[in-house]
Amino acid sequence: MRLGRPGLISDYATDTAIFRSNVARFWFLVLLVATVVLGLGGSIPLGFMTLSLDGEATFYLITTLFAAIAAIGLNLVTGVAGQVSLGHAFFLGVGGFTAAVLGGLGETRRVFDLASGDFVEQVLLFGFELDMLIWLPAAGLMAALAGLIVAPVAFRLRGLYLAVVTLGLVFLGEHLFREWDVVSGGVGVGRPTPPLSLLGFRFDQPSEVLGMTLDRQKKLFLLGFVLLLIFGLAAKNLMRSKIGRALSAIRDRDLAASMMGIDLSRYKTVAFVISSFFAGVAGALIYTVIGRILPESFNLLLSVEYIAMILIGGVATVSGAVMGAAFITFLPLIVRTMAGFPLFGFISTSPGGGFPTVAHIEEILFGLLIVVFLIFEPLGLYGIWIRIRNYWKAWPFSY
Amino acid sequence: MTQLIQTLINGVSLAAIYALVAVGFVIIFKSTQVLNFAQPALLLLGALWVTYFTTVVGINFWVSLIIAIALSAATGVFVERTALRPMVGKPIFAVAIMTIGLNTMLTVFALAGLGIDLRPIGEPWGLKTIEFAGFVIAQRQVAALVTAVVLTSALLVFFKYSRMGLAMRAAAFDQEVALTQGVSVAAVFALSWALSAVFAMFGGVFVGAGVGIDRTAAVTALKALPVVIVGGLDSIGGALVGALIIGIAETLTSTYQQQFLPQLGTGFAQVVPYLVMFVVLLVRPTGLFGTEEVERV
Repeated sequence: MRLGRPGLISDYATDTAIFRSNVARFWFLVLLVATVVLGLGGSIPLGFMTLSLDGEATFYLITTLFAAIAAIGLNLVTGVAGQVSLGHAFFLGVGGFTAAVLGGLGETRRVFDLASGDFVEQVLLFGFELDMLIWLPAAGLMAALAGLIVAPVAFRLRGLYLAVVTLGLVFLGEHLFREWDVVSGGVGVGRPTPPLSLLGFRFDQPSEVLGMTLDRQKKLFLLGFVLLLIFGLAAKNLMRSKIGRALSAIRDRDLAASMMGIDLSRYKTVAFVISSFFAGVAGALIYTVIGRILPESFNLLLSVEYIAMILIGGVATVSGAVMGAAFITFLPLIVRTMAGFPLFGFISTSPGGGFPTVAHIEEILFGLLIVVFLIFEPLGLYGIWIRIRNYWKAWPFSY
Repeated sequence: MTQLIQTLINGVSLAAIYALVAVGFVIIFKSTQVLNFAQPALLLLGALWVTYFTTVVGINFWVSLIIAIALSAATGVFVERTALRPMVGKPIFAVAIMTIGLNTMLTVFALAGLGIDLRPIGEPWGLKTIEFAGFVIAQRQVAALVTAVVLTSALLVFFKYSRMGLAMRAAAFDQEVALTQGVSVAAVFALSWALSAVFAMFGGVFVGAGVGIDRTAAVTALKALPVVIVGGLDSIGGALVGALIIGIAETLTSTYQQQFLPQLGTGFAQVVPYLVMFVVLLVRPTGLFGTEEVERV
């Protein structure tokens, strides 16, 4: 190893490396191992306390893993390329229902047809019962296709007009999902998510793997963990590549970027398509944790949730998106734990209780966090982390 | 034919409500370059003040209206002072997203105040109608139209002839130059938010007039977004034209779509404003009357 000042970066390759130092590499590995241990139901002794997750927390952890994939996707288009998209809920929905149609069970019923005087089959739900190997990529591709269709409108527009157009997309999409009930199952009913069967291996049923008995939660966790690693790495590499540099240039000043020979419409389209692909894959998987997908869940609030994730986590960073996804997903749990303390006794825990209930506090926190982070820490949790790290790096001369 | 004219009348009165909310968007955008996604919450809060004073406190509608105007304006100023002022000079996206956060927060308070049932506004028109040349027109529709016309004209007169109006136009043109000429840009910002909140409140009153108000009223405010986009974000005249286009397109769809295109599904009229917006933006990316951005590198 070359000796020298630690943290001195003297060439481009080091600057853009995934891990700038072996210390970073080491702690990333520690974090990965800790997550796997916690996700598989183990506990980590920390000296003064033992860290472990109960069934409910594991449920939130698995949801986080899938939501993080979508958040990384949104971060590519909004954080890296600077195109504010309020339409992420739509792409999640496209992925979710594509998966449900391709992988799920169809449903038909026999009705008496007056015209022919005979019984005919009427389709209640489309379903093709394909393997996960097909429906998972298809969900991503379908969402990417939707992104490709939207892109021509998007790259003609700039700034706030784009934000409103993508907002309109959510409303159109929600209407489509609500009304197209052979695909979505209809409002309030929805449809079951497809079985997670990869070439015969079931992720959603307990079985023996390598001598270990893994239940449904543990397998879902491992699936999400591996996928998040793959997608996170892909996004990270994309940001370090030519495309990533072009996208950041567009974000910083699109006119200047086009002067330097960056094809604006092409790169904006690329950003939308890739981001939608991430959203589609996440949308296909995220609802398998609950087991049911409902058409009315893909509304504006869901889009705002994802915006909040990347804002609170950290704009234009992969780790920020993951942190934000974790924070927003765990928010209900955090608020409920908060309500248990005497200091927060004013929060009523029963849903019919007086103002403010847990749900109220959750939504207020949601809005408040967006506002507070934008005013005080635009870099999000990632920025806070960097500040803390730099403080200790320079300690005891931290000024 | 009768049905068509009746539909057009309904469309114009719906347009009046959209215009009220849309003008609120435009005022804030023109003077502060912020697209205020918190307008739905301001609408709900405004309607909440009115219904609170007429039904819970039990005082006269007109008196309640005046108190509500004062409270809405105060809300607007408060929001601007606490949340928007620290964001001056930040990228427009950051500010726009922050107003989304504000909207989420304020809506919770407004809805907690409103409860889950339909709340009557307590206005004098109720469901009374007048007959004119064979057409039935609800009094509240006439009231909405008159209010929209009077308020918008008053606003235009205010911008054109008053000292403060001139200051607002100056600040909208160039904040720094206005500042050097002795215009209090802070006062302009506060006044824009106050005005916008009052316009949103009037929108809320007419959304709830006759039928009562509940959480769905916020959807109307969101549909005013396509209205301002169609008209162009920085044009009050554009907002009025956009309101007419969208209002009439929506009522025409809700009247005829079940008859001719039932496969588009129930409630299709609710998404027509967004479809109109897509079409207009494909042709003109800055809306019908929006100023095209001139850029220098």
